Amino acid sequence: MSLPRDLGFARRKGTRAIRRAAALYALLLIALLVNAARVQIVESSRYGDNPANRRPMIARYGQPRGDILVDGRAVTGSRDTGGLLRYERTYRDGPLYAPVTGFASQVYGTTLLEAAQDGVLAGTAPQLAPMPAWNDAVRGRSPGGAVVTTLDGAAQRAAYQGLAGRTGAVAAIEPATGRILALVSAPSYDPGELSGTSASVTRAWARLNADAARPMLNRAIRETYPPGSTFKVVTAAAALDSGVVTDPDDATSSADPYLLPGTRTRLTNEASGCADASLRYAFTWSCNTVFAKLGVDIGLRNMRVAATAFGFDDPALRIPFAVAPSTFARKPDASQLALSSIGQFDTRATPLQMAMVASAVAGDGTIMAPYLVERTTTRSGRTVSTAEPRALHRAMSAGTAARLRELMRNVVEEGTGRNAAIDGATVGGKTGTAQHGVGNSGKPYAWFVSWAQADDAPQPAVAVAVVVEDAAGERGEISGGGNAAPIARAVMEAVLNSRPHPLNSPQHPRHCSEPACWGGAFAR
Amino acid sequence: MIQPGTPGTSTAAETPAPAPRLPRRRGIEFTLILLAVLISVYGYCAVGLAQHGTLPPGAVHYGAGLGLLALLAHGAVRLRAPYADPLLLPIAVLLNGVGLVLIYRLDLETPGEREAPAQLYWSTVGVALFVAVVVLLRAPRLLQRYTYVCGVAALVLLVLPIFFPPLNGARLWLRIGDFSIQPGEFAKVLLAVFYAGYLAANRHALAFSGRRIGPLQLPAGRVLGPVVAIWLLSVAVLVLERDLGTSLLFFGLFIVLLYIATGRTGWIAVGLLLASLGALAVARLEPHVHSRVHEWLHPFASIDAGQGAGQIAQSLFAFAAGGALGTGLGLGHSILIGFAAKSDFILATAGEELGLAGLSALFLVYALLVERGYRAGLALRDPFGRLLAIGLASIVALQVFVIAGGVTGLIPMTGLAMPFLAQGGSSLVTNWIIVALLIRISDVARSQYDGSAAP
Repeated sequence: MSLPRDLGFARRKGTRAIRRAAALYALLLIALLVNAARVQIVESSRYGDNPANRRPMIARYGQPRGDILVDGRAVTGSRDTGGLLRYERTYRDGPLYAPVTGFASQVYGTTLLEAAQDGVLAGTAPQLAPMPAWNDAVRGRSPGGAVVTTLDGAAQRAAYQGLAGRTGAVAAIEPATGRILALVSAPSYDPGELSGTSASVTRAWARLNADAARPMLNRAIRETYPPGSTFKVVTAAAALDSGVVTDPDDATSSADPYLLPGTRTRLTNEASGCADASLRYAFTWSCNTVFAKLGVDIGLRNMRVAATAFGFDDPALRIPFAVAPSTFARKPDASQLALSSIGQFDTRATPLQMAMVASAVAGDGTIMAPYLVERTTTRSGRTVSTAEPRALHRAMSAGTAARLRELMRNVVEEGTGRNAAIDGATVGGKTGTAQHGVGNSGKPYAWFVSWAQADDAPQPAVAVAVVVEDAAGERGEISGGGNAAPIARAVMEAVLNSRPHPLNSPQHPRHCSEPACWGGAFAR
Repeated sequence: MIQPGTPGTSTAAETPAPAPRLPRRRGIEFTLILLAVLISVYGYCAVGLAQHGTLPPGAVHYGAGLGLLALLAHGAVRLRAPYADPLLLPIAVLLNGVGLVLIYRLDLETPGEREAPAQLYWSTVGVALFVAVVVLLRAPRLLQRYTYVCGVAALVLLVLPIFFPPLNGARLWLRIGDFSIQPGEFAKVLLAVFYAGYLAANRHALAFSGRRIGPLQLPAGRVLGPVVAIWLLSVAVLVLERDLGTSLLFFGLFIVLLYIATGRTGWIAVGLLLASLGALAVARLEPHVHSRVHEWLHPFASIDAGQGAGQIAQSLFAFAAGGALGTGLGLGHSILIGFAAKSDFILATAGEELGLAGLSALFLVYALLVERGYRAGLALRDPFGRLLAIGLASIVALQVFVIAGGVTGLIPMTGLAMPFLAQGGSSLVTNWIIVALLIRISDVARSQYDGSAAP
């Protein structure tokens, strides 16, 4: 802008002052803009993450949470409260599926699948958005996606009903794929009680945590028990694979009772005829003496190799939530090794781990990585991810697995596990009655691990492990065959009945109700 | 802008052409007003769509109401100020419209307290006064006759609330029944008139008389006395009323106008010295101010103390949640700020829901308003009009900086209304008067245009 020349000094000076004042305002404007950019861009995520900032919570509960599906049906739901933290989680058959779903609480956060699949369920997983980069830029949140589980509803219900009124757990796996078909813990709780922000949520939380029966403990994966005689499957596999036993029908030179090496403790048997018994006889009738001695003969190194091959001492297992590691003693002396080999001393296992042991036998020696999530989809049904079965461990040679299948069939057909027999199917099993407590004073745990193969099927369809902590009956009457095997049978029957087709292999989906089959998810 | 002799056309300046008549540009103004109304209606609809998935029921009424007001104002300008700057009115309509949208949007979160209808009512009053000023005030320089009347009136308005009960810890309101006004808002305009009138009359005395101390030349007390007295009184009253934002605004206005009137840098130094002394004293004496400074330096102190987020922290959270593009109208949670979310902290809603993009756009619109005011002032030869235009523009500029800087954590928070945006009738009406005065001044400036200076 040009200035007229004929103006006086004051005016020119005044104009200069005006320009300077204008420049000052320009500086103030720049300061505002720079500071706004600082707050809104540079510090944005720091302010967003501040624990006092309620926006993440509001956004999280501002839309219905995606659902968890069993057999193509949602076992979860959302209730619109209209409040600030708007949608609350609801559960259909909450106690039945609690060991799988966990809870999603406004106050106490999330656990289990609700935690492991939170990104999909809450809609924050970038894969849910059609254009992830754009979604990120506009800070959009996709509608909550669906999590399709591997569970078999009938098997889950059978296990839950079998444990009714008891404390215990059941885990069932499809040996060929590692799909978890049932995961039950009893007593259970209703995770819906923890949804929302009301005072009843706090009360429920306090009550559940104070309950001596520990209903929120997921016994199937987060509790380890001495596996007792069910561990003899591992010891037998080690004996055959290491060559300590070459023919299961050869007599073993073992005394009854067996004097634990270096001690004066005499190990005895429930069964008779265990002196020098063959591996087959010892397995069928569960001779402690034979397996304790076999463990010592196999040696610590090979016993540890076998236990690790079966999945013991693996802290990294996720299904997709973490599983408590099962353990085998690290530095036992000879007498402790003998006890460890019959599933006592420091040997401890989760029910899921023992289901994996049965699964290894059923699956020709290979343990498939167990998993609970078959697929995840967007709310509209587009598949986001599909599980790919993968081998986790080679537990034993295929030949050893075949021999162990025979031994386990003997147990069900003529031995301690006759309660698990199913018409029209081949069933193999192993009982266990585990001592525990100081001086073995506790009520023994009743165990049963097994697998079942329909007569017209090419391979076993299910491997299962059952533990009952507080079996009914007197101490002496408690046994895996009596208390745990009937539950295992009910679960196996449920799985076999839910598959009408003889060819049930991973290539053929068991459940194909909507929306599980949209988009050709099972093409592979 | 029309620039005779723009670079590239060198011959144009040689021939003494007859002074061209400036285009009136009322058509441009009309188009821009239409655009401003459309933007506001769009925002109104966006809020309804985001919150309920349907167009809000009042969209037509709201659009019609705002449009009618804008057209009335436009008609008045077309009739009585045909050469006025065509940007001033559209800016006022846009800011008023966006403010209504933001208040309506926040009303949805507080079903018990609906403020948007009252704000629309005050907009009507504001536009009525705008029309009155444009129609009745023939020449702005006539205001210079009332220099001292304005000074005294400003003081009276500032003192009045002291006799009324305080509201939210500050004595700023005149309350008669349900009806309350903030006389301090109107005092801003009166004080600007007084400063402009007095400084225009005495600028030579202020610039050339007085003693020299080192590099500074101080004016004689005789000339400066009345100005400083009025200023001291007004600031004292405001400190008593605990309205720190307004005292800051008056002080800034005083310094800027004094500097422009005299052209003496010394005044800036003296002003800043006085300001720092005053700030120090007030911060020491006033616990209210002390806590404001503390909250500015440590916005998250209350969180660390386990008392949850304070207002400034909540405001920062809101801006941060907006990011670059914002959450979208109706989708933010700035209501978490709580008290004063619709008034002092209205900008946080804009920041969260419109993002840095929207916030910057708002700042630039304000900057444009200030720039147009300055331009009108620069184009005038009459020193009074000049100082008045610059004073009014400075009121807007300083007010925006003080409140926007406060809510974004740039400076300590002091209560001031965001011009046109914030809920509050007195402030809205005052801003319409300011724009009316600027329109009158720019009309005079551009109709006097003789080709010697670009308007």
